[in-house]
Amino acid sequence: MINEAANPGEKSFYQVSTNKHTGILSWLLTVDHKRIGIMYLIAILSFFLVGVVIGLFMRWELMFPGKTIMEAQTYNTLFTLHGVIMIFLFIIPGLPAIFGNFFLPIQLGAKDVAFPRLNLLSFYIYVIGAILVLVSLFLPGGPIDTGWTFYIPYSIRTSTNVSMAIFAAFILGFSSILTGINFVTTVHRLRAPGMTWFRMPLFVWSTYATAWIQIIATPVIGITILLVIIERAFGVGIFDPALGGDPILFQHLFWIYSHPAVYIMILPAMGVVSEIIPTFSRRTIFGYKQIAYSSLAIAFVGYLVWAHHMFTSGMSDTSRWIFSLLTFIVALPSGVKIFNWVATMYKGSIDPQVPFLWVMSFIFLFSIGGLTGLVVGALATDVHLHDTYFVVAHFHYVMFGGTGTIFFAALHYWFPKMFGKMYNKRFAVISVVLFFIGFNMLYFPKFILGYMGMPRRYYDYLPEFASLQLVSTIGSWILAGAIFFVVGYLIHALYKGKKATANPWGGVTLEWHIASPPPMENFHEIPTITHEPYDFSQLKEMKYGE
Amino acid sequence: MEHNNTEKHGGSYTTLVLVWIGLLALTSITVTVAGISLGQYTLFVALLIAAVKSGFVINIFMHIKFEEPIFKVFIAVSGITLFVIFLLTFFDFIYR
Ligand code: HEM
Repeated sequence: MINEAANPGEKSFYQVSTNKHTGILSWLLTVDHKRIGIMYLIAILSFFLVGVVIGLFMRWELMFPGKTIMEAQTYNTLFTLHGVIMIFLFIIPGLPAIFGNFFLPIQLGAKDVAFPRLNLLSFYIYVIGAILVLVSLFLPGGPIDTGWTFYIPYSIRTSTNVSMAIFAAFILGFSSILTGINFVTTVHRLRAPGMTWFRMPLFVWSTYATAWIQIIATPVIGITILLVIIERAFGVGIFDPALGGDPILFQHLFWIYSHPAVYIMILPAMGVVSEIIPTFSRRTIFGYKQIAYSSLAIAFVGYLVWAHHMFTSGMSDTSRWIFSLLTFIVALPSGVKIFNWVATMYKGSIDPQVPFLWVMSFIFLFSIGGLTGLVVGALATDVHLHDTYFVVAHFHYVMFGGTGTIFFAALHYWFPKMFGKMYNKRFAVISVVLFFIGFNMLYFPKFILGYMGMPRRYYDYLPEFASLQLVSTIGSWILAGAIFFVVGYLIHALYKGKKATANPWGGVTLEWHIASPPPMENFHEIPTITHEPYDFSQLKEMKYGE
Repeated sequence: MEHNNTEKHGGSYTTLVLVWIGLLALTSITVTVAGISLGQYTLFVALLIAAVKSGFVINIFMHIKFEEPIFKVFIAVSGITLFVIFLLTFFDFIYR
């Protein structure tokens, strides 16, 4: 299928094993960053599809008022599982683990990441964490039903399998930390000669900023989870007010990690956008340094806003206005990026290929997500909207419309490089359009429903919400249809797709200078970098096109 | 890696033992102070002692004092982040 030589006489990384094994073991024991990236792709994409199917079941239940297909308790476990899978198994590791692993070393001109074995270890830790989530479903006590936020006191008191499930999140955290350490070290130590900090592609910059959050923030959730487990097992009063604990402390600790984690999700996506837009506008990025610095700024100020998730929790009024103010400030660096992207396209010669279309739908959906974020970031409105469907709509727009959409953009942009095959572009265009329509049908009604007072995490609702709920459910079918269609034609392309050239899009970052799929160790000799990252004058010397 | 460094810089047993004794002393101060009622300041005193202790551990035991500047920058960034997180949490703790 895909493992043909890229150039005549040259072997791709599919054909060379890093160990003495062949076949499946050459994959399972590999230390090649590209193979590890692909193993992550398979694992993460599978969990994503499971999450989508669970989402479809939830929407099915909500299609009509009253019980449709499941009991209330089943609904509780489903939204928890959906949240845990989507957050911890899909969206947090998604872009760094798949595309970061595959492309970060290549874009730096390196042969691999700094610690290849550690890289493999972090993959296995991810797998172990995922298995633990699955095991927790089948143990006595039943699957966890707390919501993905594990709020105290319910998570201390419910008899479901909380400890096991959150311990899985604890394990997954280590995978994230190790990946972060690996990337930070790689960026500092393995840049090719001439690859100065300000010649690094912006995807590298954003992955670097993300890696820092992974390292600094993740231990906080680790410790919090251990405290919950200790409290559940030994009745130590840390968070449960009945035992003298402070439940709001749990929310602080939870969000001290989980808010920066939303930047773990979005920063790499912003990096991908900063790759795709110049390539398809044939123009160097507008404000390279501002974008690079704004990644670092977002990574830092991302630590300052966590308590905006807690405006109605009963924390002090002083904290409430301080965190509301800080939240508005955080919108600035994101605004810088949107402005720079649009300015890059201005007067560019735009070639609206498939990855570019995904990015356009990202800009639309993410802007809606970001702007409604300001609505819930303002104290007065949040009191009305907290814990309603408005929030559900908001976070799907930012996470799914933002990072999720870019996951598909990245997949379509780099697919020919990763697999050496080109997919059917007509199918691809149809799928973007379907995705976009389905997405808005599924989630936009939730803004209105939330505004009208529909609470989140309810399996039943009042009759006046029925028509919008139905629209939303129909939207979920269109959206899921688009997603399965994408997976279908990409798998088809692996076997039957046309051979991709080294540079089908006319990109100029280093991955487009090597064969598709890349050879083992990426470069025959380490390149010396003489150009700015998005200097399209290089295209004259490079061969490109299909 | 460069393990000879450990021997060369501050790795002498005397220093290490002195630091260790210092840490033990600070721990006993923490325990003692916990028994005295300092009102509002209890927490601050405890945090201050903890900060001094981690300063020793990071510099001597974790060897950061003898490393390249870049590692110091890393530690400083993490430390500042942690400090900011503490500071912001206190707006809830103090005014609630
Ligand atoms: C076809 C795809 C999807 C569908 C149909 C879907 C649907 C839903 C529904 C119906 C809920 C529960 C609303 C409630 O009762 O409160 C929900 C919650 C949630 N979804 Fe999705 N979703 C999808 C994709 C995603 C993606 C891609 C992500 C993450 C990137 C995501 C993250 C979440 C989270 C975190 C929750 C909250 C769970 C909780 O309340 O604990 N979803 N989704």
